[in-house]
Amino acid sequence: MKLLKLVPDDTNIQFLRLRVPFFILSLVLIFGSWGAVAVNGLNLGIDFAGGQEVRLTFAEGNAAPVPELRETVTGLGYGTPVVQEFGSPNEVSIRVPLPEGVEDTPGAATAIGNEVIAAIESGYPDVRTDGNSTVSGKVAGEFSRDAGFALLFAMIAVAIYIWIRFEWQFGVGGLFALFHDVSVTMGLFAITQMEFSLQIIAAILAVIGYSLNDTIVVYDRIRENLKKYRKMPLAELLDLSVNETLARTVMTSLTLLVALVPLLIAGPPSLFGLVAAITAGLFIGTYSSIYLAAPILIWLGVTSDSFVPQETEADRQEKKVLGEA
Amino acid sequence: MLDTPLWKKISLWGLTIALIAAALPSLLMSSGVDLGEDAPTVNLGLDLAGGSHLLLEADPDDVATKRLENMEESVEAALRGATPAIKFGDTSRADGQLSLLLDSASDIDRARGLLEPLMMGRDGSLQQEWDLEVVDTQRLVLVPTESGLNVAVNNAMESVIEVVRRRIDELGTREPTIVRQGDTRIVVQVPGLEDPQALKELLGKTAELEFKLVDQQALPSNTEAGIANPGSQIFPYAADSNFAGQFEAVKRLGGVRGDSLTGAQAGVDPQTNQSVVNIQFDQQGGQKFAKLSTENVGQRFAIILDGEVISAPSFREPILGGAAQISGSFTPDSANQLAIQLRSGALEVPLTVIEERTVSAELGEQSIRSGLIAMLVGSLAVIALMIASYGRFGIYATIALVINVLILLGLMAIGNFTLTLPGIAGFVLTVGAAVDANVLINERIREERKRGRKVITAVENGYKEASRAIYDANITNFIAGALLFWFGSGPIRGFAVVLVIGLITSVFTALTLTRMWVSGYLSANRPKDINI
Repeated sequence: MKLLKLVPDDTNIQFLRLRVPFFILSLVLIFGSWGAVAVNGLNLGIDFAGGQEVRLTFAEGNAAPVPELRETVTGLGYGTPVVQEFGSPNEVSIRVPLPEGVEDTPGAATAIGNEVIAAIESGYPDVRTDGNSTVSGKVAGEFSRDAGFALLFAMIAVAIYIWIRFEWQFGVGGLFALFHDVSVTMGLFAITQMEFSLQIIAAILAVIGYSLNDTIVVYDRIRENLKKYRKMPLAELLDLSVNETLARTVMTSLTLLVALVPLLIAGPPSLFGLVAAITAGLFIGTYSSIYLAAPILIWLGVTSDSFVPQETEADRQEKKVLGEA
Repeated sequence: MLDTPLWKKISLWGLTIALIAAALPSLLMSSGVDLGEDAPTVNLGLDLAGGSHLLLEADPDDVATKRLENMEESVEAALRGATPAIKFGDTSRADGQLSLLLDSASDIDRARGLLEPLMMGRDGSLQQEWDLEVVDTQRLVLVPTESGLNVAVNNAMESVIEVVRRRIDELGTREPTIVRQGDTRIVVQVPGLEDPQALKELLGKTAELEFKLVDQQALPSNTEAGIANPGSQIFPYAADSNFAGQFEAVKRLGGVRGDSLTGAQAGVDPQTNQSVVNIQFDQQGGQKFAKLSTENVGQRFAIILDGEVISAPSFREPILGGAAQISGSFTPDSANQLAIQLRSGALEVPLTVIEERTVSAELGEQSIRSGLIAMLVGSLAVIALMIASYGRFGIYATIALVINVLILLGLMAIGNFTLTLPGIAGFVLTVGAAVDANVLINERIREERKRGRKVITAVENGYKEASRAIYDANITNFIAGALLFWFGSGPIRGFAVVLVIGLITSVFTALTLTRMWVSGYLSANRPKDINI
């Protein structure tokens, strides 16, 4: 039986030749993403903004009366609600922001939530309430803080591990690649205005994990080749390493993709944002480990000596005594 | 590498089978077999099973205030009860401390002697809970100590959890989870409960019941203006009572508190046909209530719930049997709710709901079903891809993958972890990591073969060289996952749990199990060439 080979054996793509333009592209992506976050803002879900979310299902085949719902909830006087279709036309989610100034009173959000549900249930007796969530401003603030810390600490701890296992340049490169992945994923959410919730933080973390896998596999091969080919120019060596691991990169990305796509298409609607973010991150992470994590090593000055034990002053002294020098 | 020692084979298979066995109850359960409640299964998070999640918070300042009020009563009782009584005035509870001015400086030593014992913890731990200071020869100031406050908050939370548990049990819901979180929070999760309104109302009242004599000397105009006679205080009528908007002045001391209740039931007064709550006192409370009613026949007393007057009837006759009736403007429902609250005891500190999530069971079921189908389709595609790419080695990888998922389930069941919606995404990623490990190994073996290595050497080197990258990649992910678990909350934790356990199982299955099978195949057949 002839086995499937996605990447031919003699593949030799010169990735690194375009390192400068791609590095500039990466910088543009990073700055662009933060720009998008600054300009558009993130469509913060109630996890981070606080407030009330109600999910409703209307009878099968009946499209949800989105404008009427918006009007009904607006009529309660708690600001403009976000009414979104959710999965199918008869399912909607309604988000009501926390009104200004009630952040300090913990019970306020729950009280508003009850009003919203009561208003909808009296207007649409047939509707099924699938779920409702209320997050007070206080808890939302804590969620934001916790999520931020979780991301930050995870990135730093991982960089330290890479530094210890490899060299500091690799640690910096890994950290930079991760920073790129997180930035671009957030930028994507700022541009598409998909809801940014705690689940998305979980997705970004998954992206970090995946991208890290990719980067480490490439780095591991670079370390190995640095020991093996001591005279090879670094750019050539990086190209060789990326090409040698390319079959694995493609195969792994593809298998993960075929696992994710069914979840994206047929999975529960509430998982859509999370799976979409991981899927996007799959491409972002693969790109960053090839075009960012590897070339940065050139600029940071990795040499073949990095992984060969250095000759110390004591060694030289000893050699002198033995008459070798 | 060709020879896996027998003991190793046996222990590897034993471990694998044991872990798969641990996953079986969860699998059987999900296909509708009822195994009873004791079978160790994976918990389904409320986002999958449906139900309500409430996060309740207590304000430590409320504990401090309450404690100060109690201390004031104890101090007053101690000083008034002394022979001869020690006279004092100008008491104040400002700035979280209790200060009082003795009428005569010569009483100071006697007062100190009486109050000193109150400064220690009541639990006999000799913990200094208050500091007693004398200012300007006749002013006594009681300052709560930090450790005293901490102990008080802690005790209050423990008792609050107990009360919350009793109240929820009264609702008759099944298997609620009530866990303290941090210093002042309680997580309540009730699977299957879709209308948390009743629950919130039940938990929203402290249900502190007091019976106090109405101050007959109080002038109605003063009471309306909020001015109380010395020794009295003013309470508003409850919003749903017949006298809503009015106030009542009552005597501070000499009342009976609801903490000495032994029972409370909703009922109907046969004379008025109104809903009432019947209560029973314990012996001590009964005696106090009997004394109060005997000495004050014909006088009015106020029934005060959570600082609001429900009603203020008169003692028509001494009430001696330790049973009393609370009437007000109750509906059958509100009477029942009050009865539950009184039976469960008062919350030592009021709770507010700061987070609430409710998911209907239908939605949860839909989520599981579509999630499982999508995972199944995805897994089949992954398996097809693996076998098409690596042949026999792909089959080994596939079996390892299936075992990986099963023992991940098994470990989650053993650890009693909860599977949530983001956890399903964690599952997908774990499968991805497990595939990656197998891909790394197989691509390495391919490379080694391409370089002309013999089959056995190629396989050996493949595992050896790949394992370094696999360990590095999984350890970094493990670190990230552990930090997520540590710092994250809610969905992040659900994701991190699966990720962390999944990393361990995927390394185990990819590096250990497939190696054993591959070496078994090689040593049995000694192939000259392998199709990889």
